[in-house]
Amino acid sequence: MSPGALFRLVFVVVLVAFLAVPQAFAPVFAPFASNGAPAIYTQSGLLTLTLSHLAMVAVATMAATVVSVGLAILVTRPAGREFLPLSRSIANIGQTFPPVAVLALAVPIFGFGPIPTLIALFLYGLLPIFENTLTGLTTIPPSVQEAARGVGMTALQRLIGVELPLALPLILAGIRLTAVISLGTATIGSTVAARTLGEVIIAGLISNNTAFVLQGGLIVAALAFFIHEGFATLETALARRTRGALLI
Amino acid sequence: MIEINGITKAYDGIRAVDDVSLTVESGEIVTVVGTSGSGKTTLLRMINRLVEPTAGAILIDGRDNRDLPGHELRRAIGYAIQGYGLFPHRTVAENIATVPKLLGWDRRRIDTRVDELLSLFRLEPAQFRARMPHELSGGQQQRIGVARALAAEPAVLLMDEPFGALDPIIRGKAQDDLIEIQRQFSTTIVLVTHGMEEAIRLGDRIAVMDKGRLLQFTTPAEIIAHPASDFVADLVGSADRAFRLLSLSPVDDLAEPGDAQGEPIDASASLKDALSEALWSGRAALPVARHGAIVGRVTRESLIAKAGRPQ
Repeated sequence: MSPGALFRLVFVVVLVAFLAVPQAFAPVFAPFASNGAPAIYTQSGLLTLTLSHLAMVAVATMAATVVSVGLAILVTRPAGREFLPLSRSIANIGQTFPPVAVLALAVPIFGFGPIPTLIALFLYGLLPIFENTLTGLTTIPPSVQEAARGVGMTALQRLIGVELPLALPLILAGIRLTAVISLGTATIGSTVAARTLGEVIIAGLISNNTAFVLQGGLIVAALAFFIHEGFATLETALARRTRGALLI
Repeated sequence: MIEINGITKAYDGIRAVDDVSLTVESGEIVTVVGTSGSGKTTLLRMINRLVEPTAGAILIDGRDNRDLPGHELRRAIGYAIQGYGLFPHRTVAENIATVPKLLGWDRRRIDTRVDELLSLFRLEPAQFRARMPHELSGGQQQRIGVARALAAEPAVLLMDEPFGALDPIIRGKAQDDLIEIQRQFSTTIVLVTHGMEEAIRLGDRIAVMDKGRLLQFTTPAEIIAHPASDFVADLVGSADRAFRLLSLSPVDDLAEPGDAQGEPIDASASLKDALSEALWSGRAALPVARHGAIVGRVTRESLIAKAGRPQ
């Protein structure tokens, strides 16, 4: 087993163990808890919070993927080309608008709970996927596009059979970026009563308990690491299969 | 048969192809030669309607090529391009099977056809079927590109500088392959090239284009002997036109009864090779062999006489 794989395996085991029996790790965090405060967050189960956090990120990322990829396909078709600047603006606005501001605006409309956070994550996740899909769809080698037309594929057959498969590694890279960013951003959702790991961090900040802040932060960081690794492995495998794509 | 009648393509009023008419007979190789910007590629792409003409019509075997939707027309016409355009995410077999699959052939027929084509291009099917395009050399990619174009047994094959990226030795072999395949299947071929050398070597007839216009459309011998304009003459080049002319005919044409000394030359070799050999070995005549048997001789005198401008 390579050192990298061994490291990952140990990492996974530690994370799973921590989520399953957090109390067993109390001695590790105890030095960071001051004045006899508890070392491990117990108001909600860490596992429950982690799953809820992941679910929220997954839903927002999937929605952002569907919309971004759809938009990118639309604006790279001959009929939709004039919408390219408009859709770029929309995706950019989503990115420049601070998620905190989205929460502030969404709470009066949707109330406290997961919805405002989902909206913020969704908007924030659009741009990376959109831009990457756009790059993937517009950098197909001209000779490949010419051949796809020349053999008699219809526009739809070209999109499904040639353009999307060749753009897939880049699209995945976009989804990876969005998922990792959302994972971190989702923590602020706890300020408006979404159930995320932010709850642990905020509890730590309020009660001045560094141990809580650390365990919340570390779980989020570990999740981000695994999501990043998973996508990167998939991208590499796909890219290796079509390595010559840009040379042919 | 491809009949091109008064075809014009204008982009913003500028005519890329300007009122071109020519007829390609069935089973003929026509090479279209010209400098870049001459409109030769645009002309080719109007045959399978990758480009729609501004005016004029193209008939393939008597049918207007606008009778069918563009994509259906293109499935019936082979198309091989410079850079080959192999689908990088598909195996060699999947690349070759592209058109048969679009046409809905059954699995077994497709597999048989793929293996047949791989063998035809001297690529061991078991070894190459599952390879990805990036694992192939340039010459192999080129052959897969042509194999894909021929997969659904089209009567017409369009080629746009198909050998442009190959080194000279591989290119020579690829050109020989093409001629052989064309003879075997009597495919009608229109091939675009910027090299007069290639045009002469491959074309039964050559169409010379410049600035969108067709300058001359005739046999290689005629182009060399009687170029229609200074431009065509420049394209042919004057330095070695005598040898180009000789390269068009086989030794057979000048073989005569008689004896000669030394190594024989094959009856199918070109006159150019024969003259070169006669000059190199200092012989006045070479024995001519057919299937290993001496059938006569060819003299240096007759070769030299043949190299002169035809009257």
